[in-house]
Amino acid sequence: MTTVEESAPAPEPAAAPEERPIGYGRLRRKEDPRFVRGKGHYVDDIQLPGMLHGAVLRSPLAHARIVSIDTSAAESHPKVKAVITGATLEGLGLAWMPTLSMDTQAVLATDKVRFQGQEVAFVVAEDHYAARDAVELIDVEYEPLDPVIDARHALDPGAPVIRDDQEGRTDNHIFDWEAGDKAATDAVFARADVVVTQDMLYPRVHPAPLETCGCVADMDPVEGKLTLWETTQAPHAHRTLYAMVAGLPEHKIRVVSPDIGGGFGNKVGIYPGYVCAVVGSILTGKPVKWVEDRSENLMSTSFARDYHMHGEIAATRDGRILAVRVDVLADHGAFNGTAQPTKYPAGFFHIFTGSYDIEAAHCKVTGVYTNKAPGGVAYACSFRVTEAVYLIERMVDCLADELGEDPAELRMKNLLRPEQFPYHNKTGWEYDSGDYPTTLRKALDVAGYQELRREQAERRERGELMGVGVSFFTETVGAGPRAHMDILGLGMADGCELRIHPTGKAVLRISVQSQGQGHETTFAQIVAEELGIPPEDIEVVHGDTDQTPFGLGTYGSRSTPVSGAAAAVVARKVRDKSRIIAGAMLEIAPDDLEWEKGRWLVKGDPGNARTIQEIALAAHGVLELPEGVEGHLEATTVYNPPNLTYPYGAYICVVDVDPGTGAVKVRRFVAVDDCGTRINPTIIEGQVHGGLADGVGMALMEIIAFDEDGNCLSGSFMDYLLPTALEVPAWELDHTVTPSPHHPIGAKGIGESATVGSPAAVVNAVMDAIGVRHADMPLTPGRVWQAMHGGVGAPQ
Amino acid sequence: MQVTINVNGEDRSADVEARHLLVRFLRDDLGLTGTHWGCDTSNCGTCVVLMDGEPVKSCTVLAAMAAGHEVRTVEGLEGPDGLDPVQQGFIEKHGLQCGFCTPGMMMTARALLDRNPDPSEDEIREAISGQLCRCTGYLNIVRAVQWAAQHPAEAEQAPAQTAGSAA
Repeated sequence: MTTVEESAPAPEPAAAPEERPIGYGRLRRKEDPRFVRGKGHYVDDIQLPGMLHGAVLRSPLAHARIVSIDTSAAESHPKVKAVITGATLEGLGLAWMPTLSMDTQAVLATDKVRFQGQEVAFVVAEDHYAARDAVELIDVEYEPLDPVIDARHALDPGAPVIRDDQEGRTDNHIFDWEAGDKAATDAVFARADVVVTQDMLYPRVHPAPLETCGCVADMDPVEGKLTLWETTQAPHAHRTLYAMVAGLPEHKIRVVSPDIGGGFGNKVGIYPGYVCAVVGSILTGKPVKWVEDRSENLMSTSFARDYHMHGEIAATRDGRILAVRVDVLADHGAFNGTAQPTKYPAGFFHIFTGSYDIEAAHCKVTGVYTNKAPGGVAYACSFRVTEAVYLIERMVDCLADELGEDPAELRMKNLLRPEQFPYHNKTGWEYDSGDYPTTLRKALDVAGYQELRREQAERRERGELMGVGVSFFTETVGAGPRAHMDILGLGMADGCELRIHPTGKAVLRISVQSQGQGHETTFAQIVAEELGIPPEDIEVVHGDTDQTPFGLGTYGSRSTPVSGAAAAVVARKVRDKSRIIAGAMLEIAPDDLEWEKGRWLVKGDPGNARTIQEIALAAHGVLELPEGVEGHLEATTVYNPPNLTYPYGAYICVVDVDPGTGAVKVRRFVAVDDCGTRINPTIIEGQVHGGLADGVGMALMEIIAFDEDGNCLSGSFMDYLLPTALEVPAWELDHTVTPSPHHPIGAKGIGESATVGSPAAVVNAVMDAIGVRHADMPLTPGRVWQAMHGGVGAPQ
Repeated sequence: MQVTINVNGEDRSADVEARHLLVRFLRDDLGLTGTHWGCDTSNCGTCVVLMDGEPVKSCTVLAAMAAGHEVRTVEGLEGPDGLDPVQQGFIEKHGLQCGFCTPGMMMTARALLDRNPDPSEDEIREAISGQLCRCTGYLNIVRAVQWAAQHPAEAEQAPAQTAGSAA
């Protein structure tokens, strides 16, 4: 079932009220009126009576034994209420906490510090300034140890053992993980005409949401109830983990995720600062606010990527891709804190076969500890599909270079064909739907690809360096089927509740929450489409564990694929019930009614109908209902996805490179996405725009770098460079629509597509411009210049 | 030290430490939490307010330095007749997602339009280039400012009807 819509340029905004969509379509966001007035409600906006403020003392060293901690001066500070160290937490059994990868992480260091920026002590004081002052008064004596900074030496014999807290550990090895058929892949490589090999690093980057992480912990000592306002993408999962780890009863924990200033995966995990704030509130009996500063955010919270990849691609001489294999060294930092479904320690990296019809594939991923911050699955990566797409899309360009073929034609030749779906790839995925050639053709048309190539040739003759880069990506999102996917044992299914009030106004309670994705609007539209209730009459409640059903949260582009499905299912349950009630109202068998958006009509007598609002009132009234039918109009559901969804797209980037400086200017960027059914095209386009800027940033500017001693060199926005309005072009968007066959409304998710798909397009364009096969990101002017002059990338 | 700052047309006073930042004064002392904080190094611009009509990053202005000056925050954008065209433009053109950079972006846009009512795309990009947005990729912010330039007075009609209506 494939349809291709016509190009849909952004229409003029001023639609008359009667034209507003009751269902899918371009709808102004319900969230915006509060945000444009400065009335958003973020964690740091919370002020409670008697609230205290926390601050963290962090390690200045990457690897050192703690000899002593003297907190006496800090405790003497007149405004300090508590000083918490690892020893304090040890007494409570909280010095270590589990990570989302079943490892442990120090909340406050007791034995050693293992990365620069690691949490060592926590001060609670009357105000923000006093807490920071008192942190400076804590005296820690360290015995420096040799650090492991370069992951390529983490497994060297004699390398310092970072995790000597683990009984019997003698090295820095975390895991080996494989997917695909090694023997079959090796056999294909052995007979291939052409094999191209390329090493590449997807460097350590950081999601860097503009709002840093923080919380307000308020333990009510009388009720024994903890209220925790937190910058979290997964409030329900956090509540359960706090209950399991801290021994607090789960029904006495309320986690609230209010307005969140961007997440991008940075706000999935539980950070030591949250735990310390909770302990601080328990110890002082007062609410405690902790909000990290920008350096703390960049240096200690969940980074992304850090994959050293050795890729190989095998093909026939005429450009038929036969097989791909890849060996990955994954730098997980000092604690294995990656967040992904338990069975997949490398996330969904094994979708590295990409969008191509190939015979065999194999990957091996080795995870190691280093003296760097923990994390690894973040920054809109769809559980490491980002790394996978970058790998395959760079390898295809390397192959094109080897064969002397046009990279767009090489892709077109190897893309999966529509009739191959559902497609079982060689590493275990079942791609749900796709019409890849149509999408790539559309992108080439929008970009004017042939004309670009002509222009490029002309410019080259004048000594100008213009490049055109293509990438085609397939994501696997919407985790996931509970039989295969869980996080710390919690299955990845999501609940949803819908209640229609007597006057026909609705409240939808969802398990996921928004960090800017516009759930209050799109989820109302999903229900509106199913029931015909105007979106403005549907209140969407999210981000509060006391008010919403259980679910795993918003990350990995799972809101629409999982929770969006739940919203549609629960609305259909309400619709089914409304049919029975309408039948009772009209004294007719429900089977004799037919649905027209917003009302049930008598078949053959369309003038005889009851609207959903009339039915809601009757459901709460005195109408006699058929036996077994309860009153009121509401429903609940838990949606367990049967498969993941597979959004895809074709991206084309045009760059100009300054031959004298190596500076890259992104001149154009064309993105044609297919995310299945489109609920609100305006919001979809916004999501794509943001992801494309991420891609330009990662390709050209962003890196969390370290010196040989493990000092983080990217601890502020003066060093960790993000794109501004001057570094990005006016995005050119288009789309195709290939609904997911297994999703209730055919939607696939769009939140991470552009971040996943765009870095390769930018890098491919730069390599095309300078005529070099590969250079590692970020392609700063220095690196590009070096690559142009036969050197390699700048040192890490 | 005692400081008095004219904020959104009203004189507001507080006893503050000399090191107290303007952003803290606005947020913590006055409860004007629409002005955000994001980096402390003058890079992100979520804290931009207007001081005597010019955009400043309130994380790097001491409250004492603002004493005696006129400060305008996002809470001072909406007039008695409705939203400022810049606010309406951000709604119309989907110029915001998480909303965190939005107040700072809008204040810069207001200052730009006050001195240049018909800016080019390049001028808009230049004006907001000292500020970061992680959600929008900037294009819809540019379009929002363009909308505001094209509708200098229209936003002041029935702004409360905007939520959930057709875009």
